[in-house]
Amino acid sequence: MIRARSLMLLALFSFACNGAQTPGTPSKAASDETGGSKKGDLGPPVGEPIQAVLTNSPEVPPPTGRTQPAKVVVELEVREVTKAISEGVDYTFWTFGGEVPGKFIRIRQGDTVEFHLQNHPSSKMPHNIDLHAVTGPGGGAASSFTAPGHASQFTFKALNPGLYVYHCATAPVGMHIANGMYGLILVEPPGGMPPVDREYYVMQGDFYTVGKYREKGLQPFDMQKAIEENATYVLFNGSEGAIAGDAALTAKVGETVRLYVGNGGPNLVSSFHVIGEIFDKVYYEGGSRFQENVQTTLIPAGGSAIVEFYVEAPGTYVIVDHSIFRAFNKGAVGMLKVDGADDLAIYSGKEVDSVYLADMSVTPGGAIAEATSQAAAGQLTPAAQVKAGETLFAGTCSTCHQANGAGLEGVFPPLAASDYLNADPKRAIGVVVNGLSGPVTVNGKDYVSVMPPMSQLNDDEIANILTYVYASWGNSGVVVSAAEVAQVRASTTRPAGAAH
Amino acid sequence: MFALFTNLAFAAGTVLIPAGSHRVFYPLSPEETEVWVPAFRLDVTPVTNAEFLAFVTRAPSWTRGQAPALFVDPQYLSHWGSPTSLGGALPNGPVVNVSWHAARAYCRAQGGELPTTDQWERAADATLTAPTGARSDPQMTARVLDWYGRSGDAAPGTVGQHAANHFGAHDLLGLVWEWTLDFDSQLLSADVREAGDEDRSRFCGSGAASATDVADYASFMRFAYRSSLKASYTTSNLGFRCAYSP
Repeated sequence: MIRARSLMLLALFSFACNGAQTPGTPSKAASDETGGSKKGDLGPPVGEPIQAVLTNSPEVPPPTGRTQPAKVVVELEVREVTKAISEGVDYTFWTFGGEVPGKFIRIRQGDTVEFHLQNHPSSKMPHNIDLHAVTGPGGGAASSFTAPGHASQFTFKALNPGLYVYHCATAPVGMHIANGMYGLILVEPPGGMPPVDREYYVMQGDFYTVGKYREKGLQPFDMQKAIEENATYVLFNGSEGAIAGDAALTAKVGETVRLYVGNGGPNLVSSFHVIGEIFDKVYYEGGSRFQENVQTTLIPAGGSAIVEFYVEAPGTYVIVDHSIFRAFNKGAVGMLKVDGADDLAIYSGKEVDSVYLADMSVTPGGAIAEATSQAAAGQLTPAAQVKAGETLFAGTCSTCHQANGAGLEGVFPPLAASDYLNADPKRAIGVVVNGLSGPVTVNGKDYVSVMPPMSQLNDDEIANILTYVYASWGNSGVVVSAAEVAQVRASTTRPAGAAH
Repeated sequence: MFALFTNLAFAAGTVLIPAGSHRVFYPLSPEETEVWVPAFRLDVTPVTNAEFLAFVTRAPSWTRGQAPALFVDPQYLSHWGSPTSLGGALPNGPVVNVSWHAARAYCRAQGGELPTTDQWERAADATLTAPTGARSDPQMTARVLDWYGRSGDAAPGTVGQHAANHFGAHDLLGLVWEWTLDFDSQLLSADVREAGDEDRSRFCGSGAASATDVADYASFMRFAYRSSLKASYTTSNLGFRCAYSP
């Protein structure tokens, strides 16, 4: 064992001797390594102790601007607070500094950090902090274990540059993290981070509540869901909409944006993606090197990444976890709003908006528009409905039921001279609104298939389609009104899992 | 008058916890997962503000400002209006912001002692209907997790609001934390993730200090909480009750 270790040390030395290097300068060249923690002690602190500037997300403290190691005092207060996790939904978060994620800490490699952890007197729990930027057992956890109404202090030297997660490590660790006890600490390389126009702090986390997603009221933590890694919410910056809408991140055309992105977990790794942008640089895993031209970067729980991109085109860029149900069904959506002039050579915006019916198309002669304006005027005639319905049928229904309504025997039931259809118009409305799966018998033939709910069609459109179908191919000629469709829609339930 | 009688009813009461075997959350060794807890009596509810005020009136050396700093930290009884009056603090609310030393002095003055952790945990392991099983009872676990899930900004309310458990004791779970005599005896590392790992040499038996049920978050929290304390500490959610020989 001892032999093996000395061999390893030798190997490290020989790497270190491989040539001149600037510690911490990002580079793609493998030979140009930073030297790691062995080269990270840049000497004793110089000058008076400095009080660290801490910021709440999405703000990032200014660059340290220092060229020598300093003694930096960090004071972080733990608070247990009840706040909105989503609109109308409250949750008791455990926080570093009053918000989730915890305060952003920015220091420089070689700094000596005197860390004060204060646990607010109203806290119910003891807490501590494990900073991944700390070299030493537990990352500070054992030295910072603090009862409510008390404070602890420990000191460490930041030997490795990079973007690091910190989190609470008090038993039960998973619950403390699930309640929001995490944040980021940036250890700048000695030369600092290259200047950019905008810096933001974004941190993902997964949350587990007893109630369903968006179920109102104060929602307690659900331990069983957490153990099963079955997240109720996946969020950026601790609440739904924290960086969306009016609270969106902002930038201007022609600026370079840098996001310091962390993932607190406790369970899920993030497929971090900005819709409509390509990361020019990703300091993957929050380390010293960058990859270029990246669409989606993986951020582990308890890990980070620094992403940068130059924005050419104005508009809203949606920030998501591209494990995509989390974005649309669990809240993992943020926004970056970019102001400025269009550059049509880069991105044209929508140039053509036309109906596309492929070869099913009946030349749109304005039938739908005509029906719509008649309906608006309260003078919708069955003839106009049939005409509009014909166009809509061609675009939506004919793929399966065929343009002549004959269907496909054994697969798609016929609509032409259909006993099933003519027996019950209300039922027919329900089939279009809610879909139909399972066995049906039509004109003496059995069909076992699935028709999805036609969720994209509104009441007018469904009324027109059905009126067209009933007026065609030997059917009963029933006229279906939008009011009847609305009634069926209101009185039936959409099957679980169907889109809205 | 009626309210006064209610107070007295709680103030006077103790319940008998019969002798029994208790499944230890952090066994000292794999062979010692059960301990025998002899019979003892326990206060029905946590000690109230009114009761503790009566105590400091009789024992002025424990009033705020006079109690030695070695025994009480600066938040000692800070929720009271003055060292000798409750102010806005509810007479029937559990006394909090008391140190282990002060709690112990109170119990001794009543002819009792703080319960040991084994005694306390045995009493708290009763469900509403059975002498054991609270740690795996969804109703009791939910009560605790629900309490954890509410922020501690508000005062804890009054004693005796929860239904009594099988032994007739109220509020062991879901009102305030409570001191135990040997709160610091669990020999837990301050960084729990080391449990059962490299700290074997630090404490006798600590290599086995792994929880019997790692999914029992409610108990985990209690043991973690106790191990964060020192005997002079006081917090706004930490009270106590006393134990007596049977």
